[in-house]
Amino acid sequence: MTHVATHSVRSVIRALGRLWLVPVTLVVWEIATRSAAQPFFPPPSAILARMHEIWFSGPASHLLLTDKALDDFGPSLARLFGGWLAAAALGVLIGTAIGCSSRLADYLDPLIELGRAVPPPLLVPFFLALLKLGTPAQLATIVFGVIWPILLNTIDGTRGVDRQHLETARIFGFSTAQRLRQVILPAAMPKIFAGLRLALSLALILLVIAEIFGGTGGIGYQLLYAQRSYLYPDMWGCLVMLGLLGYLLNSAFLLLERRVLAWHRGARQTN
Amino acid sequence: MLEITELVHSYGSHRVLDGVSLSVAEGELVSVVGPSGCGKSTLLRSIAGLIRPSGGQILLGGRPVDQIPDNLAIVFQDYSRSLFPWMTAANNVALPLRRRGLDRRRRREAAMAALDQVGLADAGGKYPWEMSGGMQQRVSIARALAYRPSLLLMDEPFGSVDAQTREDLEDLVLRVCAHHGMTILLITHDIDESVYVGDRVIVLTRSPARVSADLKVDLGASRDQIATRQLDEFVRLRAEVGRLVRGGSTTATTVLEQH
Ligand SMILES: Nc1ncnc2c1ncn2[C@@H]1O[C@H](COP(=O)(O)OP(=O)(O)OP(=O)(O)O)[C@@H](O)[C@H]1O
Ligand SMILES: [Mg+2]
Repeated sequence: MTHVATHSVRSVIRALGRLWLVPVTLVVWEIATRSAAQPFFPPPSAILARMHEIWFSGPASHLLLTDKALDDFGPSLARLFGGWLAAAALGVLIGTAIGCSSRLADYLDPLIELGRAVPPPLLVPFFLALLKLGTPAQLATIVFGVIWPILLNTIDGTRGVDRQHLETARIFGFSTAQRLRQVILPAAMPKIFAGLRLALSLALILLVIAEIFGGTGGIGYQLLYAQRSYLYPDMWGCLVMLGLLGYLLNSAFLLLERRVLAWHRGARQTN
Repeated sequence: MLEITELVHSYGSHRVLDGVSLSVAEGELVSVVGPSGCGKSTLLRSIAGLIRPSGGQILLGGRPVDQIPDNLAIVFQDYSRSLFPWMTAANNVALPLRRRGLDRRRRREAAMAALDQVGLADAGGKYPWEMSGGMQQRVSIARALAYRPSLLLMDEPFGSVDAQTREDLEDLVLRVCAHHGMTILLITHDIDESVYVGDRVIVLTRSPARVSADLKVDLGASRDQIATRQLDEFVRLRAEVGRLVRGGSTTATTVLEQH
């Protein structure tokens, strides 16, 4: 009982020990910006107040979100997840096909090398010219930009399945579907997840770029708009929001990964 | 049931099997002994259709093995890389049973029964990496037994378990062979074991492997860990196999690798 208590107290202290840098940074930032008194560098308190005012002063029934918050974040998040999920589906599908067939790999390898060499931000003008302004071009940018780590990791993972696992599947006469679902994909999952996580952070970057260059709404567009209108606290609010969003997305994904790949962590710890 | 004639296999220029001929009748349990690295696993993998031998013929039920035979199971020597680490022990055992047309519940029951047989009744929910090497090895034996193949190939299946469990597993294999009419080819390093479980013992020479002897084991169908091992016939066979494995009197220095 007391042991449990001291243990939890200790872990709280340890967590606090890791977090102390955050308030210290905030205080230093506050002091520095106040003494500099530059309009371009508003103090964090002003940024937070502004964020609260425009986004987080809504009714409790909407989780305090204002209509503007829903307008700004909603479409952005939809594009982010839509693009990321589409890239995930395509990447895993094509990657598995290539990983399992050396013939297909021979055909497609040059194309993949070419495609991944294109810097994703350059895709924005290309897709803007090709597709309609707004969501289609933005989605295309995200999908085409983030598919590479997923695709390459899936190829790598499906190719790297332990030979004896494949032999076991053959001996026991697994069907193609069984082999894919029960052997090849689970074995490749750690690699695929690493690709998905990288793709998620890339997707956020590309989302903002796509919204800045070809947007009519969303958080990237708000950022540009605030900057052009000299609304510096608003602009900083967008930056802080993007930082938070990236952090939250990554944490949520890690949580998911920890659940799905529990076996992998266990297996690695014992080997 | 299994007919191997003049089987030859080389990895590159390295000849491993040098004209191995042997046959196994339906329902027979044949043990294969031979020095370490002589090509025992290669022989087993050829029978399973996992490698295409360089020469010779393997007939299974009268038909040449040119792909993986239908009704065959194998317990790999490297058991730890054969179980799927993303599945529990019970699921590892149950998965191949889908092919047997059993529904989910029946597969689960069969898996639990097989795990029980190898003394792992409580380990069904464990993942392979949560188990010791000996336990993993037993799961992989359970998987093969639950599958009820007509031909079971076992590559040093009891290498990582303690002596008591090993005896239990030997008796289990004998029972299964008798009850279900399974044909079993069992590779072992252990000379006592080869005699104890075998209807016949096939001794391979040092690499490149050939059959140096094919001994009939006249110990009757029912065997007992203590009584059988005391029989004169057992002692005689054990000595003979031991001599043969060491390559007769000329190469008495060959040492068997013990696990
Ligand atoms: N895939 C391979 N490629 C090249 N050489 C191989 C391969 N597999 C086995 N060998 C070689 O063939 C020989 C026989 O190997 P094999 O595994 O069949 O022996 P074994 O009798 O099963 O040995 P052990 O008793 O140690 O299990 C060894 O010299 C080994 O190095
Ligand atoms: Mg071997």
